[in-house]
Amino acid sequence: MDRKLALRDEILMSVEKPARYIGGEFNSVMKDPDSVAVRFAFCFPDVYEIGMSHLGIQILYDMLNSMEDVWCERVYSPWVDLDGILRREQIPLFALESQDPVKGFDFLGITLQYEMCYTNILQVLDLSQIPLLASRRGEDCPIVIGGGPCAYNPEPLADFFDLFYIGEGETQYRELLDLYKACRAEGTGRREFLRQAARLPGIYAPGFYEVSYKEDGTIAAFRPMEEGLPATVRKEVVMDVTDACYPRKPIVPFMKVTQDRVVLEIQRGCIRGCRFCQAGQIYRPVRERSLEMLKSCALEMLHNTGHEEISLSSLSSSDYSHLPGLVNFLIEECSRNHTNISLPSLRIDAFSLDVMGKVQDVKKSSLTFAPEAGSQRLRNVINKGLTEEDILKGAAQAFAGGWTRVKLYFMLGLPTETEDDIRGIAELSNQIAATFFETVPKEKRTNGKVQIVASTSFFVPKPFTPFQWASQCTRKEFLEKAYFTRKTIAEQLNQKSIKYNWHEADASVMEGVLARGDRRLGQVILKVYEKGGFYDAWGEYYQNERWLEAIEECGLSVDFYTHRERSLDEILPWDFIDCGVTKEYLIREWEKAKREEISENCKASCQNCGAASFGGGVCLEPKIGKTRGCVNPPLETGEGVSL
Amino acid sequence: MKLRVKFRKFGSVRFIGHLDVMRFFQKAIRRAGIDIAYTGGYSPHQIMTFAAPLGVGLESNGEYMDIEVHSLPSCQEVADRLNQVSVPGIQVVSVKILPEKAGNAMASVAAAAYTIRVREETTLLPDMAAILPDFLVRKEIRITKETKKGTREVDIRPGILALDFSDGDFHLLVDASSAGNIKPEQVMTALLSQAQGKVDAEVPCVESFPGNALRITREDVYTRAMSDNVTESTGGMTSALESHSTENAEFCKKLQEHGLISLGDVGYTE
Repeated sequence: MDRKLALRDEILMSVEKPARYIGGEFNSVMKDPDSVAVRFAFCFPDVYEIGMSHLGIQILYDMLNSMEDVWCERVYSPWVDLDGILRREQIPLFALESQDPVKGFDFLGITLQYEMCYTNILQVLDLSQIPLLASRRGEDCPIVIGGGPCAYNPEPLADFFDLFYIGEGETQYRELLDLYKACRAEGTGRREFLRQAARLPGIYAPGFYEVSYKEDGTIAAFRPMEEGLPATVRKEVVMDVTDACYPRKPIVPFMKVTQDRVVLEIQRGCIRGCRFCQAGQIYRPVRERSLEMLKSCALEMLHNTGHEEISLSSLSSSDYSHLPGLVNFLIEECSRNHTNISLPSLRIDAFSLDVMGKVQDVKKSSLTFAPEAGSQRLRNVINKGLTEEDILKGAAQAFAGGWTRVKLYFMLGLPTETEDDIRGIAELSNQIAATFFETVPKEKRTNGKVQIVASTSFFVPKPFTPFQWASQCTRKEFLEKAYFTRKTIAEQLNQKSIKYNWHEADASVMEGVLARGDRRLGQVILKVYEKGGFYDAWGEYYQNERWLEAIEECGLSVDFYTHRERSLDEILPWDFIDCGVTKEYLIREWEKAKREEISENCKASCQNCGAASFGGGVCLEPKIGKTRGCVNPPLETGEGVSL
Repeated sequence: MKLRVKFRKFGSVRFIGHLDVMRFFQKAIRRAGIDIAYTGGYSPHQIMTFAAPLGVGLESNGEYMDIEVHSLPSCQEVADRLNQVSVPGIQVVSVKILPEKAGNAMASVAAAAYTIRVREETTLLPDMAAILPDFLVRKEIRITKETKKGTREVDIRPGILALDFSDGDFHLLVDASSAGNIKPEQVMTALLSQAQGKVDAEVPCVESFPGNALRITREDVYTRAMSDNVTESTGGMTSALESHSTENAEFCKKLQEHGLISLGDVGYTE
């Protein structure tokens, strides 16, 4: 039996990488459309290779397809070449599995992973021939629902979505789909379904809420327009991550995609509480999967995919309690059948260096540190529990172990940053180079030299972080900081060993506008799209002028959303969402940041952030007491050395 | 032990490129639990060689991959296990053990047979079949070939070993060796060009055949029959001719004339 393709041969032969559009990958799920009650199209609004690498969709694809009455399929943004053809020929965008038009589905779920893909959402809706504005959608249109990290401030997208799902997808979809089926059976209309859905935990229906603004542009009030709708929406969390669904048979793409390996999510959340990090707050509390579950998952997934590599995924893998047990198990299993192990987000210490020396070619790989800020003072402000001593000691151990390449990640434009802090970036890079020359005797320097790559990104304040009130730098300030960084690096003794990269400033400013934006930005996104903008996350397609024009045409200002420091009593666009951590806690952290005081991590002591109200995870564990910012996870083998 | 795996590629999978087919088999072999040998060194990879790469958009009834294994349950079981973990559109047809001295799949390719259908909906095409005799009588058929260094003129006539038209399809046997590889599109473009009356005056451009007009299926890939690859169990030439799907007498004669046997007829199953 051969699947019929939505695109003619002629079209597939004329576009780059036709494999993006044909589906049929191993482990992709085919069902009989007549045997299911709900057709669900899950979309990652970026190109196939990026979207296919996203773990969240794989988890929900597996979960939804495990339901007998649901068929979940995938949709990605067509690349610009096919985009043009679909528009010209009026071919509706289709889902990969059935190749059926998305507009005929019951649901279109769109994951919101980064702000700069917002215009691609409009591209997907437009190509699907679904009205862009939720208010214009008729009874026949799919219910458009958004989720993922950017749904924690859904307001800039409020006009385009029927529903948002706030929090982790594992918990409420069954209830939502049952409600949908019941409403359909009763002949209840679209609007009534949305009204009832808005009462489900974690579900936000923007069309039933209204916002009013003060003269200065800040929010005067945000409220439901009808009785009986919740004033706040609390995020959903799956408390038992060990028994939660996890895809044992992930899809194996034909094409090489960004994440061409088995991805094993070992835990959710992060104990660290870095003050710039949104993921560290919104995924609280930290919940670990059991060692036994991960071991069996790893073996099953490798067997079911045939992948040659497995990667551990979490925000901070070193904090996983059973890391040595898991890693040693994987090393043993993988060495038997030529499987590589990739271990990102490990803290550099004796244990991790030992492990990495076993699983990768030391000469070819580089070590990555993320000090985020150049000085200890500023690292205290952002609560990054990594000291200069940690970094230099880790680097010395790494150099002794044969590594000669080090990558360093920093942010520019953090709150309270001074020139001294920026100079710290150059000085730290220099000291690491000096450490190499001190540690490795001349005759042992295989390549003769050390290579240090320092990269800076520009800090963008995000909702639900202690910096959500902070002023973001202007484009000019950002660039001045980058030039100053470059200058101070050039002044260092070891400057020849240091390479410096910095991110582009324009898109960082616009990301800041969208990240903390309100509902009025919907018209900006629409205008940018109408001016031809999409694939804005891709430097070659991002056009700053389009955004600046659109903002001006809407009578809004960039500085209002980015440069302005918000007052603590201002109603923020995302205040109606309860993500577990309380505003009081965020204010406490913001005040501590300004006093350059650090907060301990969740395993050392509780900061009373509010996530304990979910009643599980790290919040229920006994605390191990005062440490110096960083804590040594309880290691099973005792090999680890705390940094 | 070296195995030769013959497979078909058809349906929507025809839009998967050659490198992706390799990646597919690398993973499928692991899923199937086949005891494949790896190279040494720090980044070991499976010992695997493919015969002539198939262009994107083409279907095939005769693709070949040679692999090296440490142990073998049976040829049939390897084929079955691969098919269990395959996708619709990639089907293993046979697995055979290669004689020690047999050349690898890629190096030994000499010729390939294609079935080419000119789509009915393509009305702009003149009757190409009618001018076939005039086309084949030519001593020289020059085309421009695009290479990395620019364009180059080549004579494809010596590489066209057989070309006929029957039952609405063109059947083509061409040189597919690394030195003289000819693509079916090149032959059809030259034929179209002559049918349109542009012979000699204009050198046809290889990419000019109307996009969707040809449906091309590779039927098989051939190697030169030599004493070390024609084994007793294969029956040599006879089976090569019988296995050809067109069962076309003219074709059989040509294969014999050029000493060609199917890559799939090299090797044995027990």
